[in-house]
Amino acid sequence: MLEIRNLHVTVNNRKILKGVNLSVKPGEVHSIMGPNGSGKSTLAHVLAGRDGYAVTEGTILYRGKDLLAMAPEERACEGVFLAFQYPVEIPGINGTYFLKAALNAIRKYHGQEELDAMDFLALVKQKMKLLDVDDRLLNRSVNEGFSGGEKKRNEIFQMAILQPSLAVLDETDSGLDIDALKVVAGGVNALRSPDRAIVVVTHYQRLLNYIVPDFVHVLVDGRIVKSGGKELALELESQGYAAVEAECRALAAASI
Amino acid sequence: MTTTLVSASQTRAAAGLARYLQRFAEAERAGTATSAAWLMPLRRAAMDRFAAVGFPTTRDEDWRFTNVSPIAQTEFRAAPTAPAPLPAEAIAPFLFPGLEGVRLVFVDGRFAPHLSSTGAAAGLVVRSLAEALTAERSVLQLHLGRYAEPQHDPFCALNTAFLEDGAYVSISAGTLLEDPIHLLYVSTAAGAPTMAHPRNLILTGENCQAAILEDYVSLGEGVHFTNSVTELVVGDNGVVSHYHLERENRQAFHISRLRSEQARSSTLTSHSVLLGGALVRRNMHPILAGEGGECLINGLFMPRGRQHMDNFMRVEHASPHCDSRQVFKGILDGQAHGVFHGRIIVHKDAQKTDAKQTNMNLLLSEEAQIDSKPQLEIYADDVKCTHGATIGQINEDAVFYLRSRGLSAAVARALLLFAFAGESLKRMKVAPVRRRLEQLVSEWLPQGNLLEGMD
Repeated sequence: MLEIRNLHVTVNNRKILKGVNLSVKPGEVHSIMGPNGSGKSTLAHVLAGRDGYAVTEGTILYRGKDLLAMAPEERACEGVFLAFQYPVEIPGINGTYFLKAALNAIRKYHGQEELDAMDFLALVKQKMKLLDVDDRLLNRSVNEGFSGGEKKRNEIFQMAILQPSLAVLDETDSGLDIDALKVVAGGVNALRSPDRAIVVVTHYQRLLNYIVPDFVHVLVDGRIVKSGGKELALELESQGYAAVEAECRALAAASI
Repeated sequence: MTTTLVSASQTRAAAGLARYLQRFAEAERAGTATSAAWLMPLRRAAMDRFAAVGFPTTRDEDWRFTNVSPIAQTEFRAAPTAPAPLPAEAIAPFLFPGLEGVRLVFVDGRFAPHLSSTGAAAGLVVRSLAEALTAERSVLQLHLGRYAEPQHDPFCALNTAFLEDGAYVSISAGTLLEDPIHLLYVSTAAGAPTMAHPRNLILTGENCQAAILEDYVSLGEGVHFTNSVTELVVGDNGVVSHYHLERENRQAFHISRLRSEQARSSTLTSHSVLLGGALVRRNMHPILAGEGGECLINGLFMPRGRQHMDNFMRVEHASPHCDSRQVFKGILDGQAHGVFHGRIIVHKDAQKTDAKQTNMNLLLSEEAQIDSKPQLEIYADDVKCTHGATIGQINEDAVFYLRSRGLSAAVARALLLFAFAGESLKRMKVAPVRRRLEQLVSEWLPQGNLLEGMD
């Protein structure tokens, strides 16, 4: 589904990613963990197609296609979804209107008929129950005045409506209390299926108690330095990133 | 070199002034101005005032950002009386679906009864000002020219000197008008530059509720000059909303003034939407004369190309416990120039005044320009006055957010612009007016057509 090969990215002339390799197959859940400033969010943004990230080397193939050649909206229509770490407040655009416009843009892209208001509402009601989302949030402007937890929940709610093939969650757990975390994880788990892949970018192991990954990768200083199963996350939790970083430095020193 | 230029433009301005003096003398002789002889002293005083000050220049503080020399230098004439009346189809595109109430239509400044429907609502008198000058003489003598003072503004002086027709609306105490009154000012703009000086007098008694829509349009593409003045009196405890829509052609010069006078505990909501015109100046001068009054001035201006739009506010708090709000939003594209000039004057006795002023602008191009100037004059000591202005571009984070959900960049931008304008439109409570304005605004936006059919 997703093949990242030797990805190098600079932001404002600073090298952030320095040769990332990652292979994600349908049905898998991958977690990318790492300390602050390791390049986790950069990776998430590059996947979604944000401006200002210069790919200097490497390729990203998504379902065999060159992802980097696609505009952000094209990626979304092809099934890539980024749950933002900091969802943007958009005053004046009604949440329901926005979601319906987004869903219909994607349906149109695939040559499907647009959903009418009635069908859309039925879909919304069903997903609202799943994510314990209040009507109130949908009738307000997108994210405007939402609490941190409401914003994150709204991201997962959008994901549930848009049904992406590849979902990238950028620190969706940060700032959530345990109840909200469970709800969000429940929403993500409901989306797990053999034809979908999920990449969970997180700083903390906590979320992975609820969204159990198949693979865990540790990103340090722009490179994936260690990969393993879900137990790697627990190891990181008990020993902290410092241990991995020290291990890397030792390895780097040894190779010189 | 500079000296020569200045003197050349001064000569042209003087020539402009001389033309108006000559027109005035002609009108006096022809007797059009003497149809209401009682008005003559008012006209003559206004003309004298205009002759003394002439057209304003950018050296005048109140006109610093707006150069009216194109108006001063163009030779305008009153449009000749049309050989045949305008057919109803001609104005059909300008009607608001769902507005079934009273409508007065003016063609090139003159009342067109066959296009109008004055209806018969209880408590409401609506007629052309030209008729009212004789038929309602005693009321007009009391009110006409009492509020809009020519000494404040040369264009107001010019309007008063040349006023011929407009709307006269009188709503008696306790009347609740269901439907808004639509005042439609059509310029045929077919040939040589024409001018009109619409003058409106709107009087509402105690406990009235009413909405008035002034709507300025052009049929042709020719140059024309509209110089309108509206005097609006809101009685005790009245709730009045006023809409001003400028959608004339891109050659039009449009100067307008709303002078409102509010009695005790009254509420006035004044909305202004500027889309059309080449050079537009919207003057608003509300005076909160009675205690406990409230005034909201809600404005949206969207110049593009080479359009120039100037919003000039002078909000006067003359009594205690009054609230005023000015909320102006500008969306400027191309080489457009926008101005927001908001002056709040709090008189000595107007304690507990709460006055707030906000001006938010989006610049869509490098060459678009906005001058935003707040001004507070406070003579009372227990007041709350705040102002703020912002100038920015479209939020690219928001564009990316929308695109990341599948919307194209063009749709994302159109949606964000509409959302920005939408905050102004939402304040408009009269549904048929708001809906039509939403449509007009989205059509006016760059790529606003993309928003169609999305709802």
